[in-house]
Amino acid sequence: MDILPILIDWLPYLLSGIASTLGLVLAALGLGVLLGLPMALGQVYGARPVRWVVGIYVWFFRGLPILVLLFLFWFGIFPALGLGELSAFIVGAVVLGLRGAAYQSQIFRGAIQSVGEGQMIAARSLGMSRLTAIRSVILPQAMRIALPGWSNEYPNILTDSAVCYAIGVVELLTITSRMVTQTHITMPIYLAAAGIFIVLNYGGLKLLHRLEKRIAIPGFGTGAM
Amino acid sequence: MDQAVFFFEILLPALMQGLVVTLQLIACSAPFGLALGVAVAVGRQYGNPVVSWLCKTYVFLIKGTPLLLLLFILYFGLPSIGITFTAFVASVVGFILCNGAYNAEYIRGALISIKEGQMVAAQALGMTRWQAIRNVILPQALRRAIPGLSNEFIYLIKYSSLAYMITVIELSGAGKLVATKYFTYTESFAAVGIVYLVLVSITTIAVTILEKRVAVPGTVRATPSAQL
Amino acid sequence: MNNNDIVLRVEDIHKSFGDNEVLRGVSFDVRRGETKVFIGPSGTGKSTLLRCINQLTPPDRGRVWLDGEEVTNSGARINYFRQKIGMVFQNFFLFDHLTAVKNVELALLKVRGMGKAEAREKALTELRQVGMEDWADHYPAELSGGQAQRVSIARALAMDPDVILFDEPTSALDPELTREVLEVMKKLARNGMTMLVVTHEMGFACSVANEVLFMENGVVAEQGSPDLLLHDPRFTRMKDFIGRIDSRMDD
Repeated sequence: MDILPILIDWLPYLLSGIASTLGLVLAALGLGVLLGLPMALGQVYGARPVRWVVGIYVWFFRGLPILVLLFLFWFGIFPALGLGELSAFIVGAVVLGLRGAAYQSQIFRGAIQSVGEGQMIAARSLGMSRLTAIRSVILPQAMRIALPGWSNEYPNILTDSAVCYAIGVVELLTITSRMVTQTHITMPIYLAAAGIFIVLNYGGLKLLHRLEKRIAIPGFGTGAM
Repeated sequence: MDQAVFFFEILLPALMQGLVVTLQLIACSAPFGLALGVAVAVGRQYGNPVVSWLCKTYVFLIKGTPLLLLLFILYFGLPSIGITFTAFVASVVGFILCNGAYNAEYIRGALISIKEGQMVAAQALGMTRWQAIRNVILPQALRRAIPGLSNEFIYLIKYSSLAYMITVIELSGAGKLVATKYFTYTESFAAVGIVYLVLVSITTIAVTILEKRVAVPGTVRATPSAQL
Repeated sequence: MNNNDIVLRVEDIHKSFGDNEVLRGVSFDVRRGETKVFIGPSGTGKSTLLRCINQLTPPDRGRVWLDGEEVTNSGARINYFRQKIGMVFQNFFLFDHLTAVKNVELALLKVRGMGKAEAREKALTELRQVGMEDWADHYPAELSGGQAQRVSIARALAMDPDVILFDEPTSALDPELTREVLEVMKKLARNGMTMLVVTHEMGFACSVANEVLFMENGVVAEQGSPDLLLHDPRFTRMKDFIGRIDSRMDD
């Protein structure tokens, strides 16, 4: 098969596509934590209106297909807000992040709720404020509990990032589709793309699991969920 | 143009036509996705080493590949080696392969959770392994897998939208066409989104009812029902 | 004694799990209508022995015959022998998704190929035998341990077995519930059922067993009528064992 020379010819483009795909994923994961964590705290400790707003947000972003969300923001909402100049990459990353936040907030919420009530009572009995207790007692435990579930969001976001093809983000799937159109070599290129996605998928997961092990506390978390 | 005229005479009819296609996609995919999930899970758990390895590899590959790429392979790729599907069939095949792999993981988890004694007791009565799996293990495992399976069903509803990327004019595609033609992006996609939210919410309620229906009396179910 | 009376023959059974030699050559014959009780410290292979008989755990060495036919090395025919050798488990192992009557019916329908009406009638008859006909439509999770165990006895009876193996049938039960299960077993023994029972219930052993086999370290250490083992001064090991249990209970 003459696929290898072609892959090498296209290597710079392929690498830029991989970089773009990973950029989307990392941005989405980061935004997911940045928004998802406050949302989770709001849902557990917040007043009724806060819980209500977060609930609606989660319901909306988890109920819509990623394709429809991308179309809605790319063609509709961002231009309407005067943000029509934003690049497809930024819009893709933001939409993946907003949606990631909806999913991740529920992982964080579950983790926070699984930290026993005794921890809060013990912290308060030492004179900590509610906020201090959350920050220095509850969250350090909750984040460790949440980590395995959070890691498992990575493959979901990675495979969803390919849908950004639909709004013209030049990521891995877009690059491979261009390769197919220009070289008229179809299956080998698609299969190579699948291979790259699979490597990114399980390679990334392995990295995340290694991170999990590194920050594990002996004897903690094994039965906590 | 009058808002009401646009909505009721253009957008709504188009979306309803698209919805019919979306429902057809789901109806054609879901039963086979479930059957495939059962087969793969049982093969992985109870099959001989070769079958078990094949099932494991299949799940590994599908879960590692974006569904959109899988659809491209089925619709744009396979013709180059002489296999041609219509866009609708390619979509359904892709959804079945994807849904089946994820279902298999939930069913396998449920199979593992069934206590060893159930198999022992069935075999002690003279059942073969397959009789025991079919009559004793699977009926219990499938009940336990309902929350996971219904989550996957909800994913199927949402990801059926990707069929549009290989030219099937389903719900999202219908919305896109109207949006482009009449330059009404926000309204059209918001309307499409609402239809998906309705579909997903109805499913969630239906699953809760189903779970209560098939629950074995006396057993307390700790698992929460399906989530979006 | 007529050799034809022997329904089950167990010959030189050996079984190891890794380095742990659980059974080291166990042999005995069971005559039709007889009740044999196996007693001994836990971990001496009594339960493994029962599972070796119906091949749920294939023995490493030794043979088992039922009515003159070899059960060991019988290939696919093992499922026929398992119908003829009933088994009752410590933890009941009722099929959790089926009602009591359907638990009894299932193997009749799927293994014996019986028609629905006939299977239902037979299942209800067996439930009546164990006093559970009023609970036919209840699910396992809705039954007490004693009731569940009686249903599992009915499930074994439904296959018309030549012999039933009881693997510590009352160990998971309170004394109150133990009694109702032992009553059912006594009735079966009186009606001529052939039974092998692993149990710690000495009262049951004394009143029902034709023979007691005291097992220790993977072999049958003492064997005889309950009366003989308990009162003849030549036998000491089972008495020691029972003494140990009793003194522990007195503490």
